[in-house]
Amino acid sequence: MSDNWSIGDTQMSSRLFLGTAAYPSPEVLKQSIAIAKPGLITVSLRRESAAGKGQDFWNIIKRTGVPVLPNTAGCHAPEEAITTAQMAREIFETNRIKLEIIGDDYTLQPDPYGLLVATEKLISLGFDVYPYMTDDLVLATRLVDLGCNVLMPWGAPIGSGRGLNNTYALKQLRERFPDKTLVIDAGIGKPSHAAAAMEMGYDAVLLNTAVAKATDPIMMAQAFAKSVEAGRAAYLAGIIAPQESATPSTPLIDRPFWHQESEKEAG
Amino acid sequence: MKIKINGTSQPLEKTLNVTALLQDNGYAGKHVAVAVNGDFVPKSEHGDYIIQDNDEIEIVAPMQGG
Repeated sequence: MSDNWSIGDTQMSSRLFLGTAAYPSPEVLKQSIAIAKPGLITVSLRRESAAGKGQDFWNIIKRTGVPVLPNTAGCHAPEEAITTAQMAREIFETNRIKLEIIGDDYTLQPDPYGLLVATEKLISLGFDVYPYMTDDLVLATRLVDLGCNVLMPWGAPIGSGRGLNNTYALKQLRERFPDKTLVIDAGIGKPSHAAAAMEMGYDAVLLNTAVAKATDPIMMAQAFAKSVEAGRAAYLAGIIAPQESATPSTPLIDRPFWHQESEKEAG
Repeated sequence: MKIKINGTSQPLEKTLNVTALLQDNGYAGKHVAVAVNGDFVPKSEHGDYIIQDNDEIEIVAPMQGG
């Protein structure tokens, strides 16, 4: 299924966004990206020693040809995130930033208040902010008011693999922001979770751990690519509404023996 | 004078701008970004930005991320 789409000026052929962390080896990372053909790949920054390996990683990523989405992972305050975003923009040469400000170390729940502060500043600096957020409707409204065109609510805590914890809230976001790009970010554990998000009308799914920590990451990357494609196709095709009672799928008119006795009695 | 680079203290024995600091510490030609005391210092300002006593310098590079 051809499903080219874009965020801003970035054209993409896939609605799967893939993280680059925690793979067993750089080779497995490369092959996972090659087979999944993600629309974006997420990257980060770390302190670099003079003999550091950041340069090798960056060369691998550049060769994939996939656009990058830098993140501000590990930041706990807006000021840290703003500085990190500025460094990321210079390093990765993109205005895109996955804004991640952690508010709770146990759940890695994003801090909604810090998110608003940093979003306002970064948008004023010309960034395209992709906020990693909870599924809170009011928070989403404030972020949109500040100028976000992309929202990235969590499905579940990062790395938990729990899937979509609150489908009610996620559906509300989709219904209330039909013109914004909505991406489920975090918590996806298996391809059916990703398909469910896409069936709900989400524009894309961002995941990392579910692929990187799979027994066979490359095969799992392919499985996710297929599930995202299937979920998107199902959404576009129009999913039937669930009903309380059964409806026969096989036409009954002129079926032999069907209700024969009762029809004789009636006749 | 003393400064910190990526959390590690080291003496600063001469006046340096960021460009010279990167060269002296083995980062010449590497794809890195710099912040001083929590503020981003863009590459275009590396030549003019003079490192001061007690400055805390962060030098970062690309890494894997989710």
